[in-house]
Amino acid sequence: MAKFKVNGVEHELNIEPEMPLLWAIRDELGMTGTKFGCGIASCGACTVHVNGSAVRSCVLPVSAIEGQNITTIEGLAFAASGAIADTAINSAPDISAVQQAWIDHQVPQCGYCQSGMIMAVSSFLASNPNPSDADIDAGITNVCRCGSYPRIRKAIRSLAIA
Amino acid sequence: MKVSRRRFILSSALVGGGILIGYSATRPSKHRLANNELAKNGEHYVTSFLKIDPDNQVTIYVPHAEMGQGVHTSLAMMAADEMDANWEMVNIEQAPATDLFANGDLVKGFAGEAGVPGFLMGLVNVSATKIAEIGNLQITGGSSSVRFTGDIAMRTAGAAARQVLIECAAQRWNVPVDECTASMSYVQHNSSGQSLSYGDLASDAALLEPTTEPTLKDRSEFNIMGKAISRNDIPAKVDGTAPYGLDYHCEDMLYAAIRMAPVFGTKLVSVDASAALSRRGVKRIVELEDSVAVVADSYWRAKEALKLVKAEFETSENDSISSADIAARFDAELARSNGKEDFEQGDADDYIASAADTIEASYRVPYLSHAPMEPMNCTVHFHDGKADLWTSTQDALGVRGRVAKIGGLSETDVTHHFSYVGGGFGRRLPFTWNVIDHATLIAKEFDVPVKTVLSREDDMQQDYYRPAVHSNFKAGFDSYGNVLAWHNRFTGPIQVAGAAFIPYAIENQSIRVVDGETHVPIAAWRSVDHSQQTFFTESFVDEIAHRAGVNPYQFRMNLLQNHPRHRKVLEVAAQAAGYGQNLPEGHALGLAVQESFGSICAEVAEVSIGDNGQPIVHKVTAAIDCGWAVNPDTVEAQVESGIIFGLTAALYGEITIKNGRVVQNNFPDYEMVRMADVPEIEVHIVESGEALGGLGEPATPPIAAAVTNGLYILTGQRVRDLPIRKHDFSKPASLAAV
Repeated sequence: MAKFKVNGVEHELNIEPEMPLLWAIRDELGMTGTKFGCGIASCGACTVHVNGSAVRSCVLPVSAIEGQNITTIEGLAFAASGAIADTAINSAPDISAVQQAWIDHQVPQCGYCQSGMIMAVSSFLASNPNPSDADIDAGITNVCRCGSYPRIRKAIRSLAIA
Repeated sequence: MKVSRRRFILSSALVGGGILIGYSATRPSKHRLANNELAKNGEHYVTSFLKIDPDNQVTIYVPHAEMGQGVHTSLAMMAADEMDANWEMVNIEQAPATDLFANGDLVKGFAGEAGVPGFLMGLVNVSATKIAEIGNLQITGGSSSVRFTGDIAMRTAGAAARQVLIECAAQRWNVPVDECTASMSYVQHNSSGQSLSYGDLASDAALLEPTTEPTLKDRSEFNIMGKAISRNDIPAKVDGTAPYGLDYHCEDMLYAAIRMAPVFGTKLVSVDASAALSRRGVKRIVELEDSVAVVADSYWRAKEALKLVKAEFETSENDSISSADIAARFDAELARSNGKEDFEQGDADDYIASAADTIEASYRVPYLSHAPMEPMNCTVHFHDGKADLWTSTQDALGVRGRVAKIGGLSETDVTHHFSYVGGGFGRRLPFTWNVIDHATLIAKEFDVPVKTVLSREDDMQQDYYRPAVHSNFKAGFDSYGNVLAWHNRFTGPIQVAGAAFIPYAIENQSIRVVDGETHVPIAAWRSVDHSQQTFFTESFVDEIAHRAGVNPYQFRMNLLQNHPRHRKVLEVAAQAAGYGQNLPEGHALGLAVQESFGSICAEVAEVSIGDNGQPIVHKVTAAIDCGWAVNPDTVEAQVESGIIFGLTAALYGEITIKNGRVVQNNFPDYEMVRMADVPEIEVHIVESGEALGGLGEPATPPIAAAVTNGLYILTGQRVRDLPIRKHDFSKPASLAAV
């Protein structure tokens, strides 16, 4: 039995302890915003937050996150609003500041990597609110095959607290 | 290209009082027939490009796949502008995969008047498909959506709608048509101040015969086209709700993981799956001609169980083939054969034999995988003699037909469900069917939906690759240093016409293609032959310039006398990049220009060598002439995208063959440009006002040569084979003499 919270909701799943969190989220819970890209934690398409920090879920066995709080792209706006678990969910904004910046800068192209990209950037900015270009280079290592990187950089800069 | 818009505006009344307006490049009889077959309960149901509802909402159906190129928005902008719709009240939907929306009709319409579009010739050549069969496709490729479907069909449908709505209002008010104007989804009669919404007019307008020759707007009259409009697909792509093919999910579905014959073209001999069958969730082992699949109740369980399957594949004569063997074969073929004509002018052989000076060089590029971010996948559900289909595709109609064919159904019994496409780049075009065929055959054994997924490793090793190509050059100079002969032999096949042609005024040219057939499957890869051919031709032109002692920019400008559009983009890019001005110490500028898919793109790369001896691309300044820009922000995004895609190939891209199979299997050994490698990119749109050009591809071809031409100036090292990372630039620089 694997027990963990996804976007504030407790789940108890009868699955193998070694099943990667990605497949528990996608195939067991049917939440498809988190993407499968490479399966070896190289591309970052599967990035989610565990207790607020970005992790690549395709290689993270559910046994490693027992009892912990997982946030996926579907729950990011709620989590980013700083709402606590007992706040009514309908009080949360529809999208987070990072997601809004993604719209403002027209970042996504095919969009497939962007759930992971947004989760990675959200966690990155939480720990480094005013990153330098070198920080961005080192901190954001997800793959975007369409090459939306210049717009991702602009969006991150627009979010930085000067 | 002149295409008659006179034909075949279609309109039909909608149940509930709306109107649908469409456009067809073939006779409307096909549509009438289809309407008769589709219409139910006496409805006049027609699917078409535009729908106006009584509440004044306009719905625009876009018959192309959205894979990030912004085509849903761009095409809708074209129709909405011509019909003077209020953009705020426009809905955009992807047209369903039915033959009413086959763009093969459009293609054939062009084929009659202007020859088959180049991007389809590749498909025709590679697949031996006849032109007649193209009619059943709904292709998104060849950077064609905006310039063909948009400029011909969507604008025409929009303009026809505007005119019929105005005519309808004029009749209702009993005033002359030319006293009425349309704006923001309303028709006004200016002198009386009367006004009616399109929704008010729609049901009556449906009874009128639309004009056969609608007048399109002049560019000065555009209200929507030419503006940087936000893409309609983006909000769903930032909150995780955008559906991709891989995202189809239902409770009782099953998943298949597959192992295909590692050496292309070989068959499955035997399987021992006993260990896999005892694994949790495993339902069945499916043996196919060239592969074995495990079907389980989760993809992960299927994939884990597949590891326990022992499969034997037949041996083949290709089992010992390596990249070195293929290279040797290519070189032997180039030495042996004079090839087939691609382009001949004057007598290059003869000139070079007696030239005052000559220069020779041999270039090569490796195979490349497409590696779209969304791994290849296809879900099929056979039930009640029909099938439902979910897959990200660049050709929904073609894939529907393929599933029908493989699954033994009629095309109309297969329904393709819309999804966004998580990267195409040519991997999801027709005739690269492997995952579709396999998924269909596997799903046919079940009565629930079965999702077949190629892992990243599977996709990288079972792709249809950008071909490896060798290209040999010679050039001959007169005693004044003028280049008067260009001699080029390269390995084929040619997938798109003209990619090896040069715009430069060189009197004698001989460009010929020799056989480059191998057992490795190939297909279109973003910009098709242009990405490799532009690396070759724009590098060799650079070599000629240096030999002639003229700076590469001036050299090109001198030989582009007959190509003012090329000159203009080169000039704009070079000026913006600061060409000829002082650069930071240790930096150099390289440039390249290429016309492809109707657009001309020049790129200037600013490069240096890092402390580790590896090149750094600091900035790329691009200028593109795509005729004019429908959505300037999308133009910029596509140029940025094309450059980065091409930069990945130039810096890192290499698929190698060993023992007949692909060596690379995931991103660590098939590396991608990531944030740290991305140069600053500056895009300049040059609006010549000529016919619309494509945008999905034309920015990819020039970047490799732009970078390597810069590296030559910096280091004196000429990169003649890609990827760049294989080259060592840490040796002391010997500055090129310019």
